[in-house]
Amino acid sequence: MSRHVNIERRRQAIYGWLLLSPAAVLLSLFAFYPSAATFWSSLFSRGTRRNPSEFIGTENYADLFADPTFWLVTKNNLFYAGITIPVSIIIALAMALWANSKLPARGFLRTAYFTPTVLPMIAAANLWLFFYTPGLGVLDQIGALFGLPSVNWLGQPETALWAIIIVTIWKEAGFFMIFYLAALQTIPEDLKEAADIEGASRWTYTRRIVLPLLMPTTLFIMVNAMINSVKLIDHLFILTKGGPSDASKLILYYIWEMAFAFFDRPHAAAMTMLVLGVLCVVAAIQFFYLDRRTHYQ
Amino acid sequence: MSGLARYIEGAGAFLLAIIWISPLVFAFWAAFHTTSDAVNFNLAAPWTMDNFRTAWAGAPWLRYFLNTFLLVTIVLIGQFILTTLAGFAFAKLDFPGKNIVFILVLMQLFILPEVLIVENYAMISRLGLFDTILGVGMPYMASAFGIFLMRQAFKSVPIELHEAARIEGCGLLGIIWRVYVPLAKPTYLAYALISVSTHWNNFLWPLIVTNSPDTRPLTVGLSIFGAPENGVDISVISAATMMTVAPLLLAFLLFQRQFVQAFLRAGIK
Repeated sequence: MSRHVNIERRRQAIYGWLLLSPAAVLLSLFAFYPSAATFWSSLFSRGTRRNPSEFIGTENYADLFADPTFWLVTKNNLFYAGITIPVSIIIALAMALWANSKLPARGFLRTAYFTPTVLPMIAAANLWLFFYTPGLGVLDQIGALFGLPSVNWLGQPETALWAIIIVTIWKEAGFFMIFYLAALQTIPEDLKEAADIEGASRWTYTRRIVLPLLMPTTLFIMVNAMINSVKLIDHLFILTKGGPSDASKLILYYIWEMAFAFFDRPHAAAMTMLVLGVLCVVAAIQFFYLDRRTHYQ
Repeated sequence: MSGLARYIEGAGAFLLAIIWISPLVFAFWAAFHTTSDAVNFNLAAPWTMDNFRTAWAGAPWLRYFLNTFLLVTIVLIGQFILTTLAGFAFAKLDFPGKNIVFILVLMQLFILPEVLIVENYAMISRLGLFDTILGVGMPYMASAFGIFLMRQAFKSVPIELHEAARIEGCGLLGIIWRVYVPLAKPTYLAYALISVSTHWNNFLWPLIVTNSPDTRPLTVGLSIFGAPENGVDISVISAATMMTVAPLLLAFLLFQRQFVQAFLRAGIK
């Protein structure tokens, strides 16, 4: 009997690893090995024909910390995250509450809110060019109605990052709305009825019952929004290219630029390691705070 | 009070909806008008297809469409096979090291392929896949998100079905194919929709690993077409943008309910 169990266990182990192997190979090739290789190459100098690349320890990191552009880009990205995360979450929540309420034409609301999500970021950037172009753009034309001067939204350091932020919020709020909608639909009807019997206003019901029940979803969305604030940079290629004078440059764009425009791989690698470090912190938040909720579901 | 508040709320909801779709509606309108009419908001101006003709002649769009279509298909097939096998192993088999490997897989949710562009580019070149559609799709095939979804879906399949199939003489792959895959159909559908819309829209990685019109997907083609250096005017850019988003947008509008359901289903688990 125990031999039989043993054979079965070994069989499962063999099958398990066989079934995992294709995914394991690809994950190693495109996630784990590249992470290790990035770390490794961040410790070497940039090789030229005359000076082959050599081990320089943390010098690339020291260079980055001494580079004012790096700090500017970091500051930009923190600002980008600091605005897009809370604002898109609040808008998403409002959208979900509205799309889930008994307002007429709810279907239209839902479609309108969600549509930007299915567009490529590049296309979204093209649409917004129309709004931002100085003189011809929609924003300028609206401004002109009120006698405001023409503004070069994308061309001046004070507004360029804001223009980028608005496109991001527009793009991701509808996506986050879906998660809130899903969560709203799991709230039992009796809670609403109980609140009505107690004479609680809709506002009280929303604030004291709905919002607390949405907390896990909010955390989940927050993690996604944090990842997006690193990842969503496609529109920079169309709208500003990080300019003017790096005012709207974000970290991932800077990594791309360093590696593929300036061909400075080691510094790009060092910056990638820093981003991976931040993402690990986000992962830790996810694992320690979010996975707890599954226990009492 | 309540009546008035509701009225204001409804107005707010509509205002937001109108703001949200206005960029799309405006670009749609502009795509069918001459540039000077479009920028002057000449609402009475005649409609024209000229922008589409100019845009269509300006780039090998058919090829781009084909490339995107191939890319999305290849990624989907790869993901289907890999996530099914790995998801099954995690859900139904017991073997040493399983939990550690599962945590490693989940790590990939955060080690974004987008962040590893430099080394992934080196890897793709090493494999001789630079400037191929397979090279664009490959880093996304072993999707941790997909593996996780499939694991959840397979976990809920009762073991009795598995046993019954085995008694009938079905091999392990046969059991996966005949019992588990059909039962997880809704999850597959949801995942397929998310995958297709993600990869249809993906930009940065394809920009890096493609170098010719023969492999370039729509998004990269569109960005090159609309680049300011090319001096294409804004109505033509609108027309090109409309063309590239039309298939996915139409699919979304037609299958809206399923689309949203798909996102819901995949999102909450």
